[in-house]
Amino acid sequence: MSEQERIQKQRTDRANEPAPEVSVDATKGDQLKADLDDLLDEIDEVLEENAEEFVRNYVQKGGE
Amino acid sequence: MSIAKVLGIETEYGIAGGPDLDPIVASSIIVNAYAQQGHTRINWDFAGETPDMDARGLPSLTAFAPIVETHLANTVLTNGARLYVDHAHPEYSSPECRTPLEATLYDLAGEEVMRRALQVANQSLEAHQAITLYKNNSDGKGNSYGTHENYLVSRDVDFAHIVRAMVPHFVSRQVVVGAGKVAAETESGVEGSPAFQLSSRAEFFEEVVGLETTLKRPIINTRDEPHADAERFRRLHVIIGDANMSQVATLVKLGSTALLLAVLEDRGPAVFPSPPRHPVGAVRAFALDPSLSHTVLCEDDQRRSAWDLQDQLWHLASLYAATGDADSVGSPEEVDQVLTQWREMLDGVRDDRGAVADRVDWVAKLRIINGYRDRYGLDDGDARLRAIDLQYHDLRAERSLAQRVGLRELHRFDAIREAVHNPPETTRAYFRGQCVARYPDQIVAANWDSVVFDLGEGPLRRVPMLDPLRGTRLLTAELLETSPTADDLLEALDR
Repeated sequence: MSEQERIQKQRTDRANEPAPEVSVDATKGDQLKADLDDLLDEIDEVLEENAEEFVRNYVQKGGE
Repeated sequence: MSIAKVLGIETEYGIAGGPDLDPIVASSIIVNAYAQQGHTRINWDFAGETPDMDARGLPSLTAFAPIVETHLANTVLTNGARLYVDHAHPEYSSPECRTPLEATLYDLAGEEVMRRALQVANQSLEAHQAITLYKNNSDGKGNSYGTHENYLVSRDVDFAHIVRAMVPHFVSRQVVVGAGKVAAETESGVEGSPAFQLSSRAEFFEEVVGLETTLKRPIINTRDEPHADAERFRRLHVIIGDANMSQVATLVKLGSTALLLAVLEDRGPAVFPSPPRHPVGAVRAFALDPSLSHTVLCEDDQRRSAWDLQDQLWHLASLYAATGDADSVGSPEEVDQVLTQWREMLDGVRDDRGAVADRVDWVAKLRIINGYRDRYGLDDGDARLRAIDLQYHDLRAERSLAQRVGLRELHRFDAIREAVHNPPETTRAYFRGQCVARYPDQIVAANWDSVVFDLGEGPLRRVPMLDPLRGTRLLTAELLETSPTADDLLEALDR
């Protein structure tokens, strides 16, 4: 389920709201999807290579 | 009439790497790297710090007084900020600012200070010892560190009224200014195995009101340390906030809170929405519900969602501003900017998240988390999703995901660069920063409410600054301009 569908579903789930109109027109939806695809490509380029180790090694002492 | 909402943000940065992976050593390297660049080498002065003083006026028998670690690196910058090692994190405390927009600028200056410190520090370290910094609030393993806001509040306001009025905002504002987080990490948080939360900090809060900041964290912190004339001022120390990467989110977090405090000073607590019966349960449950549909029972027996509370609070602030009383927060244009952004973000998170993915951190983060998960068919608990969450907050330009998701900018880079060096002009931070810049060899220490000079002969001379609104450019620029040396300055002050 895409994020858009997910939001759509959440909106539909809300009993106290009128049934949602189609929230964005097709052109805007396609544009958002294309932008997201480009962004995910970029994330692939800069994401730490060994995610498992990167996440495991990030340990902090509490602060404040 | 409400008093000027002087404000600022203190941020503890997450830190990784360094020699022997010791975070205290690494944090000291960061602070010293910046200080030794010649920007400043003036010590922080601990006189007047009373972090264990309780605003409720009761002796706090169960509280652990924060330990003041005087041996750790600790310095004051020419922009009036404090840069130091707090526990095991490098921390930047912004100078006192006069408006939310200005405080947002000085928060960004703090990021830039950290970036520069990182660059200098890593030049002197082996590649395998390189340090990295993250503007975030937890490690995903149950350890949290803070992003605290501070607001000047009139001493006339009863502390119980602050609790009554502000709890609804502090439990619900995450809907618009939460930084988002993949999964959960505390004992109670992991019970429901959430895939995503609106706030990185919510699950760490255990009390409604209290003095501690590291244990049993409270929604309203009672630390009564005004760093100013205690007869006239309180400093509300807000510990329940996320570190925002979105500049607009920082603005709305500060602006909404400052406006509501002004409403409280001028209108009293009765005009505020009824608080949840169980604020701790509410702040956690709201965080666990990206659908924003969860409601909680409030003290008036009505059920409200976080969105409902924010909607009521927005109307309250908006009505207040419309009467023309919001000067204490900022110019009419600036207050309007805060209210407009707050409203758009609030409507956007409900009706059109694509429209606010350029401002709401949790929406921006959730968008890439879900996109990445769907592209590769990952499980919710996949390490790559947690890595994306962490890297969203990475300060390095070559790794930062926040810099890539298209967040809207409020301040141009040249303004941020100026703010790294120069203090705000309309608070006492101006005098502090200018003294540090002009008389570095005669200042032995400085802190929020004084600057201490050593003129070589006689006792040390402390110049008190008990009013955050004195020491401004308007009041001191001429004095500073006509005082080429610290001796001249002190002589002029004696006259």
